[in-house]
Amino acid sequence: MWFIKNAITRKNLMALTGLFLCFFLVIHLLGNLQLLLAPDKAQLQYNLYSDFLSNNILIKIISYVLYASILAHTIDSIYLTIKAKKASGSPYVRDRRNRASKWYARQMMLLGTIVFAFLVIHLKNFWFTYKFGILPADANGNKDLYGLVVNSFQDLWYVIFYSIAILALGFHLLHGFFSAFRSLGLYHPTYDKLVKSIGVLFALAITAGYVIIPFYIYLNL
Amino acid sequence: MKIHLKIWRQKDQKAKGKLESYSLNEVDAKMSFLEMLDMLNLQLAKKGERPVEFDHDCREGICGQCGVMINGIAHGPLKKTTTCQLHMRSFKNGDTIYVEPFKSKAFPIIRDLKVDRSSFDEIIAAGGYISVNTGQAPEANSIPITHEEAESAFNSAACIGCGACVATCKNASAALFTSAKITQFANLPQGKKESKQRTVNMVNRMEELDFGHCTNTEACQVECPQDISVLNIARMNYEYNKAKLTK
Amino acid sequence: MAKEIHANIPEGDLKDKWSNYKAQAKLVSPNNRKKLEIIVVGTGLAGASAAASLAEMGYKIKSFCFQDSPRRAHSVAAQGGVNAMKNYQNDGDSVYRMFHDTLKGGDFRSREANTYRLAECSASLIDQAVAQGVPFGREYSGYLKNRSFGGVQVSRTFYARGQTGQQLLLGAYQALMRQKEIGSVKLYTRHEMLDLVTIDNKAKGIIARNLDTGEIERHGAHAVILATGGFGKIYYLSTLAMGCNASAIWRAHKKGALMANPSWTQIHPTCLPQSGPYQSKLTLMSESLRNDGRIWVPKATNDKKSPIEIPEDERDYYLERKYPAFGNLAPRDIASRAAKEQIDIGKGVGPLRNAVYLDFAHAITEYGKDVIAERYGNLFDMYQKITGINAYEEPMKISPSAHFSMGGLWVDYDLMTTIPGLFAIGEANFSDHGANRLGANSLLQACVDGYYIAPCTLQNYLSDQIQVEKTQINHPAFQEAERLAKKQLENFVESKGNKTAEEFHREIGKILYDKCGLSRSEQELKKAILQIQNLREEFQQNLLVPGDAHEINSELEKAGRVSDYMELAELMCVDALERNESCGAHFREEFQTEDGEAERNDDDYAYSAAWEWSGKASKPILNKEPLHFTYVQPSKRSYK
Repeated sequence: MWFIKNAITRKNLMALTGLFLCFFLVIHLLGNLQLLLAPDKAQLQYNLYSDFLSNNILIKIISYVLYASILAHTIDSIYLTIKAKKASGSPYVRDRRNRASKWYARQMMLLGTIVFAFLVIHLKNFWFTYKFGILPADANGNKDLYGLVVNSFQDLWYVIFYSIAILALGFHLLHGFFSAFRSLGLYHPTYDKLVKSIGVLFALAITAGYVIIPFYIYLNL
Repeated sequence: MKIHLKIWRQKDQKAKGKLESYSLNEVDAKMSFLEMLDMLNLQLAKKGERPVEFDHDCREGICGQCGVMINGIAHGPLKKTTTCQLHMRSFKNGDTIYVEPFKSKAFPIIRDLKVDRSSFDEIIAAGGYISVNTGQAPEANSIPITHEEAESAFNSAACIGCGACVATCKNASAALFTSAKITQFANLPQGKKESKQRTVNMVNRMEELDFGHCTNTEACQVECPQDISVLNIARMNYEYNKAKLTK
Repeated sequence: MAKEIHANIPEGDLKDKWSNYKAQAKLVSPNNRKKLEIIVVGTGLAGASAAASLAEMGYKIKSFCFQDSPRRAHSVAAQGGVNAMKNYQNDGDSVYRMFHDTLKGGDFRSREANTYRLAECSASLIDQAVAQGVPFGREYSGYLKNRSFGGVQVSRTFYARGQTGQQLLLGAYQALMRQKEIGSVKLYTRHEMLDLVTIDNKAKGIIARNLDTGEIERHGAHAVILATGGFGKIYYLSTLAMGCNASAIWRAHKKGALMANPSWTQIHPTCLPQSGPYQSKLTLMSESLRNDGRIWVPKATNDKKSPIEIPEDERDYYLERKYPAFGNLAPRDIASRAAKEQIDIGKGVGPLRNAVYLDFAHAITEYGKDVIAERYGNLFDMYQKITGINAYEEPMKISPSAHFSMGGLWVDYDLMTTIPGLFAIGEANFSDHGANRLGANSLLQACVDGYYIAPCTLQNYLSDQIQVEKTQINHPAFQEAERLAKKQLENFVESKGNKTAEEFHREIGKILYDKCGLSRSEQELKKAILQIQNLREEFQQNLLVPGDAHEINSELEKAGRVSDYMELAELMCVDALERNESCGAHFREEFQTEDGEAERNDDDYAYSAAWEWSGKASKPILNKEPLHFTYVQPSKRSYK
């Protein structure tokens, strides 16, 4: 069983699932950016896109991989955190070790928890309602997810909650992206620097991309 | 100058430890940190009290035996400096200094500030060597090693095994220590034949010894007296994955 | 009347002796080796390499060290490099030349055969270390690099930046850990040897104290190797680690092993000066600094101006003045003595007036700060860390400090002491360096003794031990040794005086440094002997050891070590007093030339003084091992 217990293997799993989720974030964001189109065009296109996603077999398979990744990433992190807690022994009375690292690098579990909590609510609000709830149809006869989204973002509190969660995700990525490559064994100093820079850009782009949408909807629609 | 100390006192591994307060009135800024502890111990001995046990030997920053948490930082406030090389000029008159042992499950406390770091020896024993018996060696210049290879191997080999990385890591991971040895050999042409075995054995041993995992916070390198690079850890991961995937 | 002793040097021409020995040495067959147990005390370069090499051969090894890991042994601190005759530089090096340099560097006070063997085995050491993965400095082509060191005219020093000792030690340590993993070596860290156990006058085991629990343990074996290093720490302020001590060899000495030339201590010229009474050790700054630094003191005594304010014509570059040919690169003993001379006449600098300047201003002007930073950056950083002074802006202050013990347990050509079955290797023995050790030869000797010589000579000894049954640790000799060891510890604890071992150590160190250090005289040595006797008396009455003997107790450990220093210190003075000549590190003021140079006396003192324990510290018995120079004619060592 050591192979499973082994921290490097575990971290590989974290890295691979994490990177897959990063990939998903990009696809999801690209889809969501359609919300920024002119309202009537956006409604039809977004709903058509959503309908396509939920009925395509390939996408279906990928979505199961996605659910599995989320679960594996979560469970693995809990396992590793408990193990690390045991390993670190009794706490220091005076602890200033934090000077040596970034807060978000130390708080991946907290950030991850926020993201996870958000995910549950997010799925309940949109995915669950879309899949199992009753939604009016748009002009093309597709379920009007667009209307649901626009409605939800009329609530300022929801926009704030959403943005905080995305911010947490951003910091999670800021550390997680390059860390995943390290865990997988990228050791070359030049490429390491490159990946670190890409990671920062990636985290910024994802955060900005996801945060713009609710604010756009709240302020303009 | 006057210095207040709060030092972790613990009779043995099982006993409960706590911070005790002491004051020293005539600390000289030119003293080393350990000489300040010597001064305290002399006072304690004269009063018939038990001196503070702490680890130290060469007092020139190379043996790796000293190492305590000073105000919550491994080896104290100066970077790239071991506890023995820290001098009292880094503190001010009237300062209170917290002194605690390195704490982690894999480094049980022996007494006061002394901890048992034999788990590091165990990791080396698992494979931290090139298996060459005395007498088997070929002519030294028959294995050319470029300047860069030798230098980068040296950068990893410079580890002094003090344990500050484990003490600093929030997960008490020994990844930096283990990876430094794995990387030193990975950078050299010698010992290639056993490199997979070495990596897997050392990583597994590290696992068995109750160290935590690495989350790449990079804190270990910041507090490492020898500035061992965290990229060694990535190299270890690479070597491990390679060993596992090409088995 | 002094007895003569002999070293069992093999027959044959100088260059054939070691191969003749090896060809004729008795062997133990592989299947018998696992039945033989060997105790190795010390895990420095000599101890770890011997333990690993013997374990590889198949012997069962018990390895002891007082540190928490074998990797901490003080070999780790050696900076400069390791000499070896490879002649990679094609600059005319040869085994003979290396042998000659070492013999001459030692002022013709070592054995020709041993010194030759050291040079002969040096090449294979580099092969071994490279194979172990020691990252020696390399040329861009990939071949090994060399540098030149004091006292020689070729480049034969191999190095791994300024941490050669660390890298070689890690190589040996890793080899040791490999054998531990296999099960051939049993490791006893945090154990200190308290006594040697002899049965029928053969070394059969040791009594050791588990420093973590205070438990006294008996360990039996077929042979015992002491690789416990030097005892320069006896001077209290030294470049040695805090834990370095003489206890193992001194206790073996008291069991009958002879102690040779104990007063020959190398005082290293480039150390950081003492900054206050609290100081616990002096840090060595690599000798390489003398390549570009110029050493000077103010011409006026007690000049308290800052060095930058002292104009050129008020400075005395005394090494350049006195030794124009070698200048600032004069050998260690000469540079140290010259510094002491200046300090003694009141020209010392620094707050305690105990140092001389090592000035890089000229070098910085000539080559630029960048070049100097590239060459010595790490040393300048270290200097700043310790002293808080930026040496790019003002000269460093350096002073001499005790560094290496050329003396130690007397051993024959086999590295065996006068107790059969007891071997001493590395700095713990006296064998190869004569009265002064050349730079980068100590790592070499430790490695050669451990990797190549001891495994061969020990086997020669063990060949007739196969029939001897396993040593029984309930033998009366063990019981008695254990009883005495326990009694001594109890005595320390019960003494309840009011001076700690540390305080006694400082005092005895001061006496030795002043009177049996860089220069010695009959009058002062006699005074020192009286002082030491008084101090020893006081130590017995007035020692303070807090805590008890059945637990971890650093103060108790120190007490044991200082107690041995109290006796060894006297022997050092007696040894220095007996030798009416000046040679190498041993400088007797009465025996100097008109211009203050050492005057050796080959007619009367061409011998190693091997002292025998008589039962009383003040009455050692002198034995002499005459030194015969057949292949080299002793010449005058001049660096003018």
